[in-house]
Amino acid sequence: MSLYRKALGARPLTFYGDGIQYLKGREIKGRLIVIEGPDGSGRSTQVDLITAKLESEGHAVTTTGLKRSELIGAGILQAKQRLPLGKKTLTLFYAADFADQLEHKIIPALEAGYIVLADRYIYTLIARSTVRGTSRKWSNELFGFTVKPDLVFYLDVDPAELFHRVFQKYAGLDYYESGADLGLSDDLYDSFVIYQRMMAREFKRMEKGYGLVPIDANRTIAEVNADLQGRIERYLHEGK
Amino acid sequence: MSRRAPLSKERQRGRLIVVEGIDGSGKSTQLHLLDQWLRHLGVRVFSTEWNSSDVVKEITSKGKKKALLTPTTFSLLHATDFADRYERNIAPLLRAGYFVLADRYIYTAFARDVVRGCSPRWVRRVYGFAAKPDAAFYFHVPVEVAVKRILTGRPKLKYYEAGMDLNLANDEYESYRIFQGRIIEEYKRMAATEGFRIMDGTLDIEHQQSLMRKQVLEMLPPSVAVLASKELVAQ
Repeated sequence: MSLYRKALGARPLTFYGDGIQYLKGREIKGRLIVIEGPDGSGRSTQVDLITAKLESEGHAVTTTGLKRSELIGAGILQAKQRLPLGKKTLTLFYAADFADQLEHKIIPALEAGYIVLADRYIYTLIARSTVRGTSRKWSNELFGFTVKPDLVFYLDVDPAELFHRVFQKYAGLDYYESGADLGLSDDLYDSFVIYQRMMAREFKRMEKGYGLVPIDANRTIAEVNADLQGRIERYLHEGK
Repeated sequence: MSRRAPLSKERQRGRLIVVEGIDGSGKSTQLHLLDQWLRHLGVRVFSTEWNSSDVVKEITSKGKKKALLTPTTFSLLHATDFADRYERNIAPLLRAGYFVLADRYIYTAFARDVVRGCSPRWVRRVYGFAAKPDAAFYFHVPVEVAVKRILTGRPKLKYYEAGMDLNLANDEYESYRIFQGRIIEEYKRMAATEGFRIMDGTLDIEHQQSLMRKQVLEMLPPSVAVLASKELVAQ
């Protein structure tokens, strides 16, 4: 590894759909890399490892997630429990929240030359809405305002394996991540497996249109990391 | 007993009537009078206003003050508010046969968000799930008339209400005037394609109301329409 890394070249900001008109033509020097995958797929661990590696190489890195922004705050969780919100309403809420992060955090960081590592992006939001019955087309159009990342990896784990990882980690299952709100099965294990399969199917469907690269994440952390680092390295320094 | 038709195929039985126009165009007054008339006739009515969902307000109120809204987040929050009212009230009540009266509808977003710089096609797609109204009344008034109605008494204009985020002018009243003028331009642009029923907002209130009632009369169930038309003639 050489001590000096060349700066990443500048390029225009690109969007999925119609994009954000008033930001068109902006130049960015950074890169946007997304790690997608269900809870227990090792996303956060990989984000940490990749951050450390890129920083050791001299790149400035910032991470983002789907955590609620200042715009909406924790209010949505309380409201969700008290008064059920409609499916489209919820999807729009998450879109508004995401737009806030995109415009106030992700785009400024990209302009400043940071490599932005996103621990989840719009794909999780779209998949969650679609499995709950919202029109796939509508969601795709709605999220047409978002920035097209340079790389998107999807950590693919077999649902049965995922169950063990989640159970070991949290000693229980998350209500929404097991699709318990969908009434799929009285048995939470069954519900979890069915829900995760539905989500995986949506991610599979998005591979082509959104350029998602599936990564076999049934392997060890080290193996998955070597795979990801290799791909990121090739992209950043050889452009492929 | 007849077999129940599958719900999804059942026709939407209610009627959706909306009013559009800039602030001070008199649309809310007219919609209120229409609401009162329909209630008097024994029609089931539900009225709903733009940006009025309690749940959405509760969730955003904390954030809104702190965060700076961009045209995109501004647009999406209003879409969220609309979706909540649509999913909770408008859609089910139309199915149940109500006359749903909306003070501002998707066209407000089409006008305002586009003036703020959002993509016209994107905004229309975001609201793609909303039913087309049975009647959309657009209240046209020259910008100076409407602005005068609003600004008499020099009220304190809110930052976004005055369009201050657009950097149109340093003075909030001047900014408001320019902003409202641009919104009128957007309304005009969509009037034909969206099938607006144009109302002259400078006419007397009573005159406007009777013009509106005549058009709504045609949407009433026959039994109610007979009674209503007698009353309208008597006036």
